[in-house]
Amino acid sequence: MIEEAVLQRVLGSALKTGGEFAEVFAEDRRNSSALLDDGRVEELTSGRDRGAGIRVVVGDTTGFAHTADLSEAGLLAAAEAAAAAAKGGGGGTRTVALTRRTASRGYDIETYPGDVPKARKVELLTRADEVARSTGGAISQVSVSYGDNRRRILVANSDGLLAEDDTVRTFFAVSCVATGDTGMQTGRESVGHTVGFELFDLYDIDELARRAADRALTKLAARPAPSGQMPVVIASGGGGVLFHEACGHGLEADLVAKGASVFRDRVGQQVASKGVTVVDDGTMAKEWGNIAIDDEGHPAQRNVLIEDGVLTDYMWDQLRARREGRPSSGNGRRQSYQHLPMVRMTNTYLLAGSDDPDDIVASTEKGVLVKHLGGGQVNTATGDFVFGMTEAYLIEGGKVTEPLREGNLIGNGPEVLQRIDALGNDFAMGPPGTCGKDGQGVPVGDGVPTLRVSSLTIGGTAA
Amino acid sequence: MSDDLLAVADRVVAMAAPGEQVEAVVVRGVDTEIKVYGGEVESLSSAQSQGVGIRVVVDGRQGFAYAGSLDEAVIAETLAEARDNAGFATRDELVGLAEPDGVPVQELDLFRSSLAEARPDDKVALALELERAVLAADARISGIESAEYADGVSEAAVATTTGIRSVGRETSCFVATYAMATEGDDTQTGFGFSVGRDLADLDPGRAAAEAAERATRMLGAVKPPTGRLTVVLDPWVTAQFLGLLGYTLNGDAVAKGRSLFADRLGEAVASPLVTLVDDPTDIRAMTATDTDGEGLATRRNVLVRDGVLEMFVHNAYTARRAGTVSTGNAVRGFKSTPSVDCLFLSLQPGTTDPATLIAGIDDGVLVQEVSGLHSGVNPVSGDFSTGAEGLRIRGGEVAEPVREFTIASTLQRMLLDVQAVGNDLQFLPMNAAGVSLVVADVTLSGS
Repeated sequence: MIEEAVLQRVLGSALKTGGEFAEVFAEDRRNSSALLDDGRVEELTSGRDRGAGIRVVVGDTTGFAHTADLSEAGLLAAAEAAAAAAKGGGGGTRTVALTRRTASRGYDIETYPGDVPKARKVELLTRADEVARSTGGAISQVSVSYGDNRRRILVANSDGLLAEDDTVRTFFAVSCVATGDTGMQTGRESVGHTVGFELFDLYDIDELARRAADRALTKLAARPAPSGQMPVVIASGGGGVLFHEACGHGLEADLVAKGASVFRDRVGQQVASKGVTVVDDGTMAKEWGNIAIDDEGHPAQRNVLIEDGVLTDYMWDQLRARREGRPSSGNGRRQSYQHLPMVRMTNTYLLAGSDDPDDIVASTEKGVLVKHLGGGQVNTATGDFVFGMTEAYLIEGGKVTEPLREGNLIGNGPEVLQRIDALGNDFAMGPPGTCGKDGQGVPVGDGVPTLRVSSLTIGGTAA
Repeated sequence: MSDDLLAVADRVVAMAAPGEQVEAVVVRGVDTEIKVYGGEVESLSSAQSQGVGIRVVVDGRQGFAYAGSLDEAVIAETLAEARDNAGFATRDELVGLAEPDGVPVQELDLFRSSLAEARPDDKVALALELERAVLAADARISGIESAEYADGVSEAAVATTTGIRSVGRETSCFVATYAMATEGDDTQTGFGFSVGRDLADLDPGRAAAEAAERATRMLGAVKPPTGRLTVVLDPWVTAQFLGLLGYTLNGDAVAKGRSLFADRLGEAVASPLVTLVDDPTDIRAMTATDTDGEGLATRRNVLVRDGVLEMFVHNAYTARRAGTVSTGNAVRGFKSTPSVDCLFLSLQPGTTDPATLIAGIDDGVLVQEVSGLHSGVNPVSGDFSTGAEGLRIRGGEVAEPVREFTIASTLQRMLLDVQAVGNDLQFLPMNAAGVSLVVADVTLSGS
């Protein structure tokens, strides 16, 4: 994307005002998407974003500037702006020698979506629409979306690091509305992986469309969710957003350093039930949060955050790790070249236990089974978090009975981690997610086995 | 000035082939963001960005492409891509660009050259002043999660083969902070902000005091028992509630059978106390704008009057489907085709101040913060469930702080259950204004 000699001159210029660390992050991204709604292919969209972000660190201050102009002149202007923003006191000339590092994601993209005819993408949309509508007259509306992107990045910094990555992601989602006597209900199913068009060898579009439709149809007969505290069983593969919110964000070193996490000063302590092991793993092949390198050039890692209930480590980016004199954990990510990196999750999951999932439900006298989770939100300073249930059922006498309408569940991270009293042997990853932090969205994955929390607050309206 | 952007848009439009409708939206912005921590600048970002979005409609088929560059070669490639994309859409005779509708564009005072020319040092000083004021506000303030200053100077131009040519520019800035208060093992947080169009509008002291007050008053919060009661939504929460409601009144959701109010025009859908207005020409709103995403003049639209649903909001396409005219509610960035949404919603304020509203409630909760609106509210079904924190109300007085509970109802019921609207209209960094709102018969789920 940019010649090595140019990178060296730009980094040298960025350090001219006395910066201790400088970095060039260049990105070339192409997006393509197609949307079917209301029975019609509404539009295909193509997009291109290309540019570089340059940061300079002086003491505790980071200066940042970005440019869409990747010429040497454009990069030098951005370097100067970043250096001025960081306002170093000293000066002088430093020469940066770059060493190219290679990081592989361990598998190849089979079919680049850019090589697939647009007509083929449109066929997928129409097929999913037909199948969803064929599930019954109560399906009153269907929208189907396809998306792919290819993101090439280059990172060079004054520590001499030079690394590149080329990432392809492909996504597909079906959303249905069902209409009945009780009003309207929605059902959605999505799949996304860090792969090319071979995504559609991994999934059957018909099956996906049927599941989205069934989810909406089932909820037409749903009763209001209960209110108050009771045991909650989370189904395998329904989504690990519970852990993403309950402890993931609280283990990000930038929040910990500011005292804005209930998990500060707790490394080495028992923070979760025995048997609970939580991992953040950017190397997980083909998963939505997969990266070969993070957006600071560090190779992706598998990081154990909680092992058998004991907090082992936080997640780190370059800046926080540098201050603590330790290596980055490969969790420095950013939405685009227009953003500064910060500590972010990749694929966050809970390892399987040994319980039979059926036994977990059968041993629950009264509770809620959440089969499919929606998004969530956490206040890391208090630990209070919510997550939505988009497909849930009542458990009565150890049996799954009636479907429930949508709502949030609320709990406190450290308390909920201690209340996990059953872990199934049936781990599965959940649907692709976009994690938002400080206004930046990045793709993340999550997964859980079937598990039970002995008490969570269900945010319904029924007694 | 934005004339060069309009010139770029005009050049794109001039490339239209016979029988083709072409629309170009061209934007440019300079954004500054300053975060401070521990009396130092933690980060300072300042950068200019630009982009172009091109829509091509040919024979009832629409295609779109965008690029984050105004380079001539990139623009030509983008137009070709949009044209190619159009060939794959399903034909729909109603698809097409907006056309001039004769509604005059109001000249709104949204741009301050004083902000565009402000020195970075003055912006840094505001952020540092904010942090200092938070830390000094109360002995129980233990730190800040964030203290920041941000601004944007943006310009946009829209031109079409149908004869639309519009330009607009605006400035906006804000300071915002999350404060942390600690007593023993208990830590709570509170949010405060101040918004404006130039530095002189900002009041870091007020933002700091508000954040500190919101954090400290939550210390010692307990989980409340489950029950049905009356809630007072504070202005910040009401504004978020209005944002959700806006979805149900957009012409696209109505046309495609996703609005729970689709068949209710002319009917009472809310308490008679509810008059809901969408008015992007109100310059006190941060989202005020004189033209919409398709270049038509924005206007004041009364959506619900005295509880009766009067109209939906439309862009050019949804208006054609509904057999009406655009209400000037096309919403877009340069990376997408125009959707339709409310631009600046507000409830007509009542005459009662918040303290008097609370004095009239025997058993209730004042909700100061909500979480998970995106995960627990379904605007299609109307199911409403959100995490919340706030203060208990007993016998007309504010009592102990409460947290880790949810409030739930349905959007339909909440509108009918509105008991009072406060007189404390507030302008927030979002597309809705806030006002205290009393809603009866909400389920609180706690212990």
